[in-house]
Amino acid sequence: MRAFRYHRPADVAEAVALLDADPEAAYLGGGTNLVDLMKLGVQRPGLLVDVTGLPLDTVEPGPDGGLRIGATVRNSDLAAHPLVRRDYPVLARALLDAASGQLRNMATTAGNLLQRTRCAYFQDTAKACNKREPGTGCAALHGQNRELAILGWSERCVATHPSDLAVALVALDAVVEVREPGGPRDVPLAELHRTPGDHPERETTLPRGALITAVRVPPLPFARRSTYLKVRDRAAFAFAVGSVAAALDLDGDVVRDVRLAYGAVAHQPWRAYRAEELLRGRPFTAELAAQAADAELAAARPLRHNGFKVPLIRNITVRALTGLAGSVRP
Amino acid sequence: MSAPPVGAVGREHPRLEGRDKVTGAARYAVEYPVENVTYGWAVPAAATRGRILRVDAAPALALPGVLDVLHHGNAPRLTPGVDADLFLLQEPAVHYRGQFVAVVVAETIEAAREAARLVRIDYDTEPHTTVLSEHHPGLYRPNKVNPSYPTDTEDGDFDGGFAAAEVRVDATYRTPAYHNNPMEPHATTARWRDGRLLVHDSNQGSTPVQATLAELFALPREAVRVVAEHVGGGFGSKGYAKAAVVLAALAARQVDRPVRLALTRQQLFGPIGYRAPTIQRVRLGADADGRIAAVCHDAISQTSTLTEFAEQAAVYTRSMYAGRHRRTTHRVVRLDVPTPFWMRAPGECPGAYALESAMDELATACGIDPVELRIRNDPAVDPEQGLPFTSRNLVACLRDGARRFGWADRDPTPGVRRDGRWLVGTGVAGASYPARARAAAAAATAAPDGTFEVRINATDIGTGARTALWQVAADALDVPVDRVAIRVGDSDLPAAGVAGGSMGTASWSWAVIRACEGLRDRLRQAPGGAVPADGLTVEVSTADEVRAQRPLPRYAYGAHFCEVRVDADTGEVRVPRLLGVFAAGRVVNPTTARSQLIGGMTMGMSMALHEEGLLDERYGDWVNHDLAMYHVSVCADVERIEAYWLPEEDPELNPAGVKGIGEIGIVGTAAAITNAVHHATGVRVRDLPVRLDKLLERPPTR
Repeated sequence: MRAFRYHRPADVAEAVALLDADPEAAYLGGGTNLVDLMKLGVQRPGLLVDVTGLPLDTVEPGPDGGLRIGATVRNSDLAAHPLVRRDYPVLARALLDAASGQLRNMATTAGNLLQRTRCAYFQDTAKACNKREPGTGCAALHGQNRELAILGWSERCVATHPSDLAVALVALDAVVEVREPGGPRDVPLAELHRTPGDHPERETTLPRGALITAVRVPPLPFARRSTYLKVRDRAAFAFAVGSVAAALDLDGDVVRDVRLAYGAVAHQPWRAYRAEELLRGRPFTAELAAQAADAELAAARPLRHNGFKVPLIRNITVRALTGLAGSVRP
Repeated sequence: MSAPPVGAVGREHPRLEGRDKVTGAARYAVEYPVENVTYGWAVPAAATRGRILRVDAAPALALPGVLDVLHHGNAPRLTPGVDADLFLLQEPAVHYRGQFVAVVVAETIEAAREAARLVRIDYDTEPHTTVLSEHHPGLYRPNKVNPSYPTDTEDGDFDGGFAAAEVRVDATYRTPAYHNNPMEPHATTARWRDGRLLVHDSNQGSTPVQATLAELFALPREAVRVVAEHVGGGFGSKGYAKAAVVLAALAARQVDRPVRLALTRQQLFGPIGYRAPTIQRVRLGADADGRIAAVCHDAISQTSTLTEFAEQAAVYTRSMYAGRHRRTTHRVVRLDVPTPFWMRAPGECPGAYALESAMDELATACGIDPVELRIRNDPAVDPEQGLPFTSRNLVACLRDGARRFGWADRDPTPGVRRDGRWLVGTGVAGASYPARARAAAAAATAAPDGTFEVRINATDIGTGARTALWQVAADALDVPVDRVAIRVGDSDLPAAGVAGGSMGTASWSWAVIRACEGLRDRLRQAPGGAVPADGLTVEVSTADEVRAQRPLPRYAYGAHFCEVRVDADTGEVRVPRLLGVFAAGRVVNPTTARSQLIGGMTMGMSMALHEEGLLDERYGDWVNHDLAMYHVSVCADVERIEAYWLPEEDPELNPAGVKGIGEIGIVGTAAAITNAVHHATGVRVRDLPVRLDKLLERPPTR
């Protein structure tokens, strides 16, 4: 691996200045993804700016409810936080379904959002990948693509975003607090990750040097009735082959409000706005949940090996929502 | 169970080296402190078939700390004709993608790795073929199958018997490439001094590795020493010298300094061998009562263009169940792929998946309970040799397993049991594995203080072999275990064969017992029974005795029972219970024996549900080449695994009366799982693994 320099900045301003000044610098959080990629030669930073010592490691209740999660809060700490467990079970579930205990002890909140795809071709420098090396082609498009995207992909890239946490957060309308060279800015999480389009190497809408300092989760009382369902090839320590984050607010039988997001289907955590729209204001039934999923998945374009994701996502949408509705209806 | 043990054999005992391992004191191949050590990094070919035109090492050599780049143009010469797979860095030819074509040596591991990236290699590539298919025009009949079984067998009139059968099953089963993935990669520390080669190497048998290195480097055997004191698993892939030790030795000679070289996880997917993918057609013809009249097993697998390795998948069928008309065949095709090799129960493991699945299909077709079907087809004598088995307790395993599992009154109807979101089913499969032994030498020394040391170049690859031999030695010497020390894992010790083929303990304990017996005889003859100040040593070889063994059918047997739950919405499979009962001769150490059996069963479950090398035919390699993408079962996949064994005395085995337990646990497990998946869902998955998408998308086929 490439020899690199290592620095622990004194504060956020120094960290951002270092990244701004050095195009070969990268932030280091828990290192659970970046260090692997450095060993593989997929990422080759010349300077690591370790942000885990910055005072960004607390979870605080917002003034009007909600949460403000520091960027370096470890996944295991966040999952165990009493407010997360009480008010946002979808978050706790998504965190605990991810990776292994050891990895969750290291991985940070912001690092989780910014982790790279686990597409096999991205991780192998001997194979073509537009994300890793723009212009070389996408070997996954016609390759082993069972794990990859069914929504929002382009001919240039069919990668999926691997995070579970991001799926839960996007369902909750989370907002990312960012420090950019020009100052602080808020970015809705739904606008953080890009679709691949012609530039799969650009994964987020953040400018170079931007540092996520916190994630704000707005108050959402009905999120106490929320869940995360993750389907994977083995029972633990595996990325999702499909997942759904869901929260449901019923007024009697009628859907007053709903949140739905899908994981492992696209280059970004996929908020299912069309499905939500179809559900709102209607009496909830399993059939309605299936119709809503179908509406969202109408745009799906499965690849050669991942057609199963369409019925899979449909099935887990129905299961998640009927579970939340508190009764399984035929 | 049997009567309580009198001596050490049969008693539970933790591994002698257990504490050293968990505290980190036990040293593995690249953990020995070595002065002036350097680091080697292997460079894999980025072409699938062709020739190296040019190697430009200059950018790599320019990196600080880089000492040398070895390739076919400058590496020390090896003896041709020893082993085509090990003739590394000698020729420009590329036979498969990932073949090691260069080695970088540097002062640090990081510099070596970075420089490996900078070695520029130009190739002249040729079209390649890397996909196994039953329609491949290159399929041929090998002269033998691994290791030396006849390729095809025929007895009676299969075609006639099958055509006349009342009930027929004709099914084709497919298994993917499986990768051994020991925890410790293939790794070596190599040094040369005064023309002698010393390697600390991770392998399953340093006597054969010593022999291979001596041949490759044209040295007398005494000039090569191979130490493998602790080995972090191998599952067959370290049963022979592999690339890491050869590359390290080449590099150490070139730079004239010690070299440490460990393969990466990614580099373990191919160059060190793998379980060949198979396509197996099984035909069973039976009467309405399920009595088999005709059985045929046709197995297809792949090998490389370098070395022929023919997975003996149909051999299992030759001796397992009755049937007058029998045929087995093997065909292979040479592809532009790495050479497949041993992986835990080569042959029997994929073969049993096919036959034990077909048996389940026959049970369904006949409307007979699958345990009962196997009992009805238990042969009185070995169908292949026509001789009585030295012991055969398959039926006892099936009956005991059925009782323990609660198999009685099972409703055979598939796809009708539901518990909430789960479809529930149960499955069974039989298992057998040959009980073999090979010649070995061992030495036993008595010291004047009443203690003993027993030496044999056995290899403990994590199985507990060291501890088992220590127990055997104590009993053979008729002394308490605390007066006995055991040394293994060094080619300077008396020569012994590999930890493989489930014959390690059988072979090694034989030599240990004879050495200890010989020593006791000498002690009895010693004047006044006194041990001389410099000790008394007896060294023996079992070569003559093993050679004189009668050629009888010797097998261990087992039966697997399992419950599976399949998520009706997602196709996810969980295994609440996996239970195996085995008959494998005497059990030396119940602690480590249970680990071996449970480990095999777990690996069989992993084979059934998770593991699969995903080949990209455009590149010719497996793209999911790490443990994040190549899934191995985790604890959460199975709630309860139980292994039991029946007391079994078989005087035709070896002095310790053991059959070997390293592999029987994986044989048949996959079929038990897929049979249970069929019982749960009505879906018969005939191509492993049982991924959730196969249960989600396929309509039930009853």
